[in-house]
This record gives sequence, structure tokens and C-alpha cells, in this order.
Amino acid sequence: MPVIRFAFRNLWRDLKSGDSLVLLSALTVAVASLTAVGFFTSRIAQGVARQATMVLAADLRLESADPLSASVFAAARAAGLRSTEELSFATALFKGGQSQLAAVNAVADGYPLRGTLRIADVPFGVARSTDSIPHPGEVWLDARIVAQLGLKTGDALRVGAATLRFTEVLDYRPDQGTGFVNLAPALLMNVRDIPATRLIEPGSRVTYAGLFAGPARAVAAFRAYLIAHKRPGERLRQVGDYSRQLDSAIDRAGRFLNLSSLASVLLAAIAVAMGARRYAERHVDAVALMKCMGASQGFVLAVAIVELSVLALIAVAAGASIGLGAESGIAWLLRDLIREALPPASPTPVLIALVTAAVMLAGFALPPLMRLKNTPPVRVLRRTADPPPWRHGVSYALALAAMIAILWIMVRDTELVAWVAAGVLGVGLALTAAGYGLVHLTTGLRGGVGVAWRYGLANVSRRGGASVVQIVAFGLGLMVLLLLAVVRGDLLSSWRASLGDRVPNNFLINIRPQDRQPLERWLGAHGIADAPMYPVIRARITRINSRAIGTLHFASARGRAFAEREQNLTWSAALMPDNQLVAGTWWTRADDGKPLVSISTEYRDALHLAVGDELEFDIAGESLRARVASVRKVRWDSFRPNFFLVFPPHLLDGAAGTYMTSVHLNARVRPALVEVVRRFPSISVFDVDAILAQIRAIVDRASLAVQYVFLFTLAAGIVVLLAAVQATRDERRYESAILRTLGASRWTVLQGVATEFTVLGFLSGSLAASAATAIGWMLARRLFSLTYSPDPTVWLVGLTCGTALVGVSGTVAAWRVVNTPPIESLRDQ
Amino acid sequence: MQDGSMDEKTVLEARDVTKTVASPEGPLTILADISLRVRAGETLAIVGASGAGKSTLLSLLAGLDSPSSGRVSIAGVDLTALSEDGRAAVRGKYVGFVFQSFHLIPSLTALENVMLPLELANSADARATAAAALGDVGLSARLAHYPKQLSGGEQQRVAIARAFVTRPRVLFADEPTGNLDTASGQRVADLLFELNRSTGSTLVLVTHDRGLAARCGRTLELDAGRAVP
Repeated sequence: MPVIRFAFRNLWRDLKSGDSLVLLSALTVAVASLTAVGFFTSRIAQGVARQATMVLAADLRLESADPLSASVFAAARAAGLRSTEELSFATALFKGGQSQLAAVNAVADGYPLRGTLRIADVPFGVARSTDSIPHPGEVWLDARIVAQLGLKTGDALRVGAATLRFTEVLDYRPDQGTGFVNLAPALLMNVRDIPATRLIEPGSRVTYAGLFAGPARAVAAFRAYLIAHKRPGERLRQVGDYSRQLDSAIDRAGRFLNLSSLASVLLAAIAVAMGARRYAERHVDAVALMKCMGASQGFVLAVAIVELSVLALIAVAAGASIGLGAESGIAWLLRDLIREALPPASPTPVLIALVTAAVMLAGFALPPLMRLKNTPPVRVLRRTADPPPWRHGVSYALALAAMIAILWIMVRDTELVAWVAAGVLGVGLALTAAGYGLVHLTTGLRGGVGVAWRYGLANVSRRGGASVVQIVAFGLGLMVLLLLAVVRGDLLSSWRASLGDRVPNNFLINIRPQDRQPLERWLGAHGIADAPMYPVIRARITRINSRAIGTLHFASARGRAFAEREQNLTWSAALMPDNQLVAGTWWTRADDGKPLVSISTEYRDALHLAVGDELEFDIAGESLRARVASVRKVRWDSFRPNFFLVFPPHLLDGAAGTYMTSVHLNARVRPALVEVVRRFPSISVFDVDAILAQIRAIVDRASLAVQYVFLFTLAAGIVVLLAAVQATRDERRYESAILRTLGASRWTVLQGVATEFTVLGFLSGSLAASAATAIGWMLARRLFSLTYSPDPTVWLVGLTCGTALVGVSGTVAAWRVVNTPPIESLRDQ
Repeated sequence: MQDGSMDEKTVLEARDVTKTVASPEGPLTILADISLRVRAGETLAIVGASGAGKSTLLSLLAGLDSPSSGRVSIAGVDLTALSEDGRAAVRGKYVGFVFQSFHLIPSLTALENVMLPLELANSADARATAAAALGDVGLSARLAHYPKQLSGGEQQRVAIARAFVTRPRVLFADEPTGNLDTASGQRVADLLFELNRSTGSTLVLVTHDRGLAARCGRTLELDAGRAVP
């Protein structure tokens, strides 16, 4: 095994001499950031998922119209899960001569398994959390029931055959949902009182729910068990079934995290590419010599591959240790979010990091090494005999493919990867072109200035190709850092602003047409002006392009649900402010009354629709045909009424059964809702403060996570900087020696170097700021559905940091070079 | 690879070797119709003015480059019929080099530099053999020194130790004293000839130093790429 033995010796010598240090640092930072981000993402994801499970009041929820089999609960116990049960049905409550329809929720001990109940002393009053459930003989009532029946704490009311005492106002229960399914106000009671009510008889419309919660792995196993064993009619409920708002927020939080980890990997990849380039350059002479002494091309390549593999293993070991160390920091940061013990760290992130390190080396380090093996041995006699130039197309295509593969393995988000890859590629090309342009430009600025300035500028233009590589590396590095440092902040702020103090926290639905104007007046009188009323019509799709919906097959559950169930639809003259048109055109006044419909992207995707398709709906027995005029991307977490289907005005006049709106009510105004409920008995009020709080918590956690990941990105950025500075160090050393031999002072040489790096930093900084602004804008619109207004800070930070960071670090790095006695540098040549 | 059947005493042979390169003005012939034959243990100096084609001829004789036409053989093996890897194997087996600018690897110590060809040849006792070779050139006390810690003369002695450590049949030296002062040059030259004699190797050196050339058994003078009769 001469190759391996030789490679090990060579690597040891390279490490001793510092030749492989940049490459090793780049790989280590890449692995450390990948493992830490991997651990972090999985933990954050678990935290966020746990937050989300609160809307189910459990991790899993099995629902059926028939009582659930005891075997399901036994299986849950055997799997190590906690469980409880819940019954829901609608019934009338009686208090004296008054009655009120209520949605009864009968719960057992342990409810809720996730999230907490909130109760208040008075209707719409200040709520507090509680760990208990109503005792047998007690009921907790929705504020609307209390207001409608004029109840006081301790009053008795009749539920079926049982008489129960009202003890608390029910403010919030985790599984109340935001889907407006349960229109009737809620009553929470103990399941042990159910027999006394005698309300459950064969044929009663009751939903039986089994709630299950426990460690993630057990939940996953039990989910698989339920899918395999559930009986017909039993439905396994997922988080997404309940809350589109939460789904949106979780999706966005995940994308923020993924974006941050992509940034670290991109930077690390740039550093690896730079490190490998320098490694190859430093080894050209040694390879020529080795070939002179009889080493074959295969031997040279094999040695390089073994060396790189060992280097990757060292980097993985060091990086994974740092990543694991960072994990305890993560656990500490997230101590409030993750209260329960999490499963032990899985080796998966380390494996992913290992694969990434290998792919990164193959993609970015192999091309220069392939070139190295072709070094002509005659270089020992003629220094100008360089290895044949790279076949750029092949090597860059390889590197690009490797990069895209890594990004996809990491985030599995094709859209994000496609945008980021296209963005980085585009920016890389733009930087290269701009780099050449700027280098050319500096050539014209050389005359008539001081010697240091001229020497510095001359270096930028004379080193042409190397300067462009440096500009691209500095520019990409700064761009990714800016994107994460400033644009990330702006995006997060936009997101947080979209959930600001004035976000609607109450939905008013089931508003009868005759109540609309009085309600508007009432809202106006209470200082609530921004409450657009949307008509709500129930409709079911019957045909797509004249084909009966029953004959069409839809692969997704959502597609089947859209095909089978009734949807709420509305009409509107204007595009809703939180909707973005992605296809087709929005109608004008001239289109009023025309058979057109605008659909959401979810509706389009699930039913495979396109602009121009003809849809047929059944609206209260009447058939309506409409052509798809546009497709909208809807921000579901805007907390404003939003619809899958929107029609132009005057097409459905008279069909509107009710209206809905959403309003922001502060704690002072909320108690006045009692009056609304009394005056307009049909109106249902849904308080979404709790879900809003959950989404705010997700935003905060995502911000925290992104900041933490940013530390690694910063480390990767510093390595890029180091690699870029190192790239021309040898050449610089020789030049400095020559200049000093010719009589230049150290100060003059240093000024020249400072000028060169400052100019490079300024050029890279300005290009990076433009690129970060463009990519930030694109990400905001396309991926995060947020409004992003370019922030001048990006430019300020880009230019200042670019100039200062590159200028100072380059000059500091060159300090030693300049201070090396000229004779030493010349002798090494 | 086998030793050829030509004259058993001939280790190096060039027949009608020509080297032409492309230039902006069209093809440029830098060596034309060079033929020579060098026997085992012989010393040959290739002399000529700058640009006469000395280093080009050396690179062709050593198999570092390929001629445009003609043939070169070392130890009976036709280099022109071999691939680059094949020529590398011949160099590893039969050839040693000493360069004007020493070509020591700066990140390796003197000992490690001398060990390099032995390690490439997978030699069993590289360290001890290399240390002995450095002892032969009077540098036993400098084993752990890096090139930049050595004087020019010492660096060239390390290079000579590295060249001889594999007991090559042909040693090529490109201006071996060109970067050295007179005294150091003299010492290096003495060492080269002494090792040439003691190991029985063939020495082919390129020089513009007439004194050094005079110490060789034979001289080939080049002028504008052609052998001067």
C-alpha cells in the first residue's frame, strides 16, 4: 500500500506546514455547521411541531362516529403513549324557559394532552390557564351562551336529562379549531356526566375522539399502527387539517432555518473551493518533482484522493464534535420551548455531514486535483510549464451538481433549493462579469496618484483572473452574510410586523344580511373601522371542464376533500390585500357579473387546474359555470378572511347567506362582545388570540434559531475571507521582496497591499449588497409571501463591512508577508 | 519493461531528435537532428549559449518531454514509444536529477526531501538510507533542517543526496552550480563527480561553465538547436 503510506506521510507534512489548513478549516466549519444545524433544525422542528400539536390537544387524534374500540387505547398504552377521550355533539341547553344551541365537548381526565384550557370569571373577561377539567356535575360555557342565557356562576342548566352547574366561562380549548366547523358556542363537561344526560342513543350524531400523546418515536409508530388498523369511518386527524394559519407559519419557520443552513453550506463550499485551489497551486511544483522521480498520474491522483479523504475524516470528527458541543447550547437556548426530554441525538446529522463533506470535496476539490495530476514533469526545468487549463464546463458543472445535491439532501425543499441555486449561480456569473469590468476599470485609474495607490490598483488589474476569483469569493461570501445578517432581519421583521398589535384576533361569522349594517355601525362606534365584510356562500364543485367530478381521480387527500366537500366562497371587486396574483388577471368593473372565478394556489394544485378551465358548482341546488380567470397565492396566516374561491361582484347576488369579517379587539373592547352576541344572536365570535400567540412564538423561535445558525455562517464567512486572502499570498510575498529589494519601504508596500484589498472589498461589498437585495426581494415574494422593501442598511453594511473586513483582514494577513526579510522570500523562490 | 539489446554499455541514446514548438510566427525548431550515444559511467557535458537548446535537450533525454521527431532510449527502453506514465516509471527506475534551483520541497526537512524518491519507490528502509546519503554529502548534522535554514551550497548537496539515493544509472544535472558561489560550486561539482565515480552512474550535465564542462569526459556543444561538429 505505498499510496496510502505515502499519502499519510504527505498529509502529516502538509498539516505541519499549514498547507492544508484552509481546506481543513473550511471542511471543519462546514461539518460543524451542518451537524449543529442538523441537530438544531430537528430540535426546533420538534419544538414547533409540539407547538402545533396543541391545536389537536394531542399528538394524534382518531375520530369516528362510533365509539372507538378499547383495543386502540390498549395499543396506545402498550406503545407508551398517554391517551384520553372526547365526545362532541350538538344539543340544546335549557335555562328556565330559554334555550340555546351548544356544541358539547365531553372530556375525560388528562384532557388536553397538549396545550392548556383557559377560563375566565366573566364573559369576554381576562382569561387564565388551568390544568383541570370540569368536575362531574359542572359545565364550563362559552361566553356567548353565558351572555345569551344571562347566566351567573353557580346557575343550574339542563343538558338533556341532566342538570349541571355553570362554574367557569370557557375562553379557549386547544382543539377548538379555526375552521369554523363548530358554529355553535361550546360547552365543556365531564364525560362521566354523559350517561345522566341520556343524549347518546343509537343514531345520535356524535363524534368520538381518541387523543394520544407521547415521545416522538412512539407517536410515529402508533400513527403507522393506526393507519394500518383503523376501521372504516375512523379518521386520523393531522395538524394541517385544523389550522392553515399554523401550517403557513411552520412552513415559513422551516424555510427560514433552511435558508440559514443553506447559507452556511454555500459559504463553506466557497471556502472549500478556494482552499482546494490553493492546495493544488501549492502542490504543483512538488507534483512535477514527484513525476520527475517516477510518480505516475494515477499515483499522484490516488495520493491526493487519499489525503483528501483523510482530511475529510479529520474534519468530520472535529466538526461533529463542535456540532455536538453546540447542541448543548441549543438545548439551553430552547429550554423554554422544549420542556419534555427529547430523544437522544441521532447520528443522522453526522452522516449527512460526512456525505456533504465527501460531496463537497468531490465537487470542489477534485477538479483542481484532476488538473494537478496533469502537471507536466518538465515544469522542473521550465517554471512556466503549467498544467493544462481546466475544462471549465465539466468541473463547474460537477461542482454545481454537487452543490445542488447537498442543498437538496439538507432541506428537501425543491423550490427553495431551485431559487437559491439559481440565485447563487446568477450572482456568481454577475460577479464574474462585474469583476472583470471593475478590474478593467481600475486599470484606467492608475495614473497620476501616489506610488502605493498605483501599486495596489496595478495589482488588482495585473492579477486579473486571480482578482476576479477573489472578488467572486469575497462577493459571494459577503452576499450570503448580508442576506442572512440584514435581509433575514428585514424578512423576520416583515413577518413579525404582519402579526403586529393590530392583527385581527376575532372572527365574526354567520352575520345575516340584515345584521350587516347595524353591526358595521356598532363596530364603527367602538372605533373599529377596518372590518371589510365578505359574503359567504356554500358551494360544491360538480364538474371540471364538463367532466363530472366523480369521474376524476385526485391523488392527494386535499384534492379529494375539495372534490367531495362544500367550500365557502365569496365575491370581491378588489384583490384581497394579503393575496398575490400568480397567474391570469384580476377582473375589472367591466367583468362584474361575468361567470369568472379566482382560485387559490392550493385549490389549483389539488385539483390540477389552470387558468381558462371551466368549473361548475352546485350552489344551494343551482348550477353555476365559471371560468378560472386567475390564481392567487393566499397568506393564510394574515388572520383576515380568505377564500379558496372568489367570484366577481353581481354574479351571485342574492345567493349570499351570511357575511363574515375579522377585527382586532383589545382586552378593553372585548367584553362589549356580550352586547354583540345579545343583539345579533346568529353571529359567532371566534377568538384566535391563542393561535396568534402560537404563531408569534414560532416566529420568535425561528428568529432565535436563525441567529444561532448565523454564528456558524459567520465562521464559514471568515474562512472564506481567509481562503481568499491566502489565495495570492505566495505571489504577494515574492512581489513584496522584489519591491523592497528595489528600495520600497515596508510602509509603501503595506499601503499598496491595503489599497488592493480595500478596493477589492469595496467592489465586492457593492456587488454583494446589490445581490443580497435582489435575492432578498425574490425570496420575500416567492417563498415567504412577505412584502420586502429594500433596506439602505444592506448597502451601508455591505460597503462598510466589505471595505473594512476585506481591507483590514487582507492587510493584516499580508503583514507577515511584508515583514519577511526580502532575502528569505527570494531564496524560497 | 526490459533493458534493450543495443550495445550493452550504452545507457542513453538519442537518434535524430528534433523539437518544434508553435509560436506566433509559425513553427519554431528549438532542437534539430541531435544524435548521441552515452555509455555507462561516462560523463557528458552539454554546453552552449543561453537559448541554444541545452535544457530542452536535457528534458528530452530524461523523458520529461517528448521530441517532435526522433527517438530517445534509456537503458535500452525507447522513451518515445511510452506514455507519460511509462516514461515516469523509467525515470523512477534509472534516472536521477539535480537542478540549478535545487527544487527542494520547502515544507519538508532535508531528510524528508531525500526520503521522497525512496518513498515513491516504496523502499523498505527509506529513513536510514536517506540519512546515510546525507552523511555521504556531509550533512549528517542537518537532517532536520528545512531548506530555508540551509545555505545554497547545502541545499544543492541535499539535492545531490536525493538524486543519488536511488542509485540511478543516469544522473541529469541542469546547471548544478549555476546558483552557487565559486567555492560552493566547486564543492558541489567535486561531490557530483565523486559520486559518479563511486556509484558507476552516467552523468549528463548541462552547463555554460567551461571549467565544469572540461571535467567531463565528453562535451556536446549546441548552437541554435544544432550540435556543433
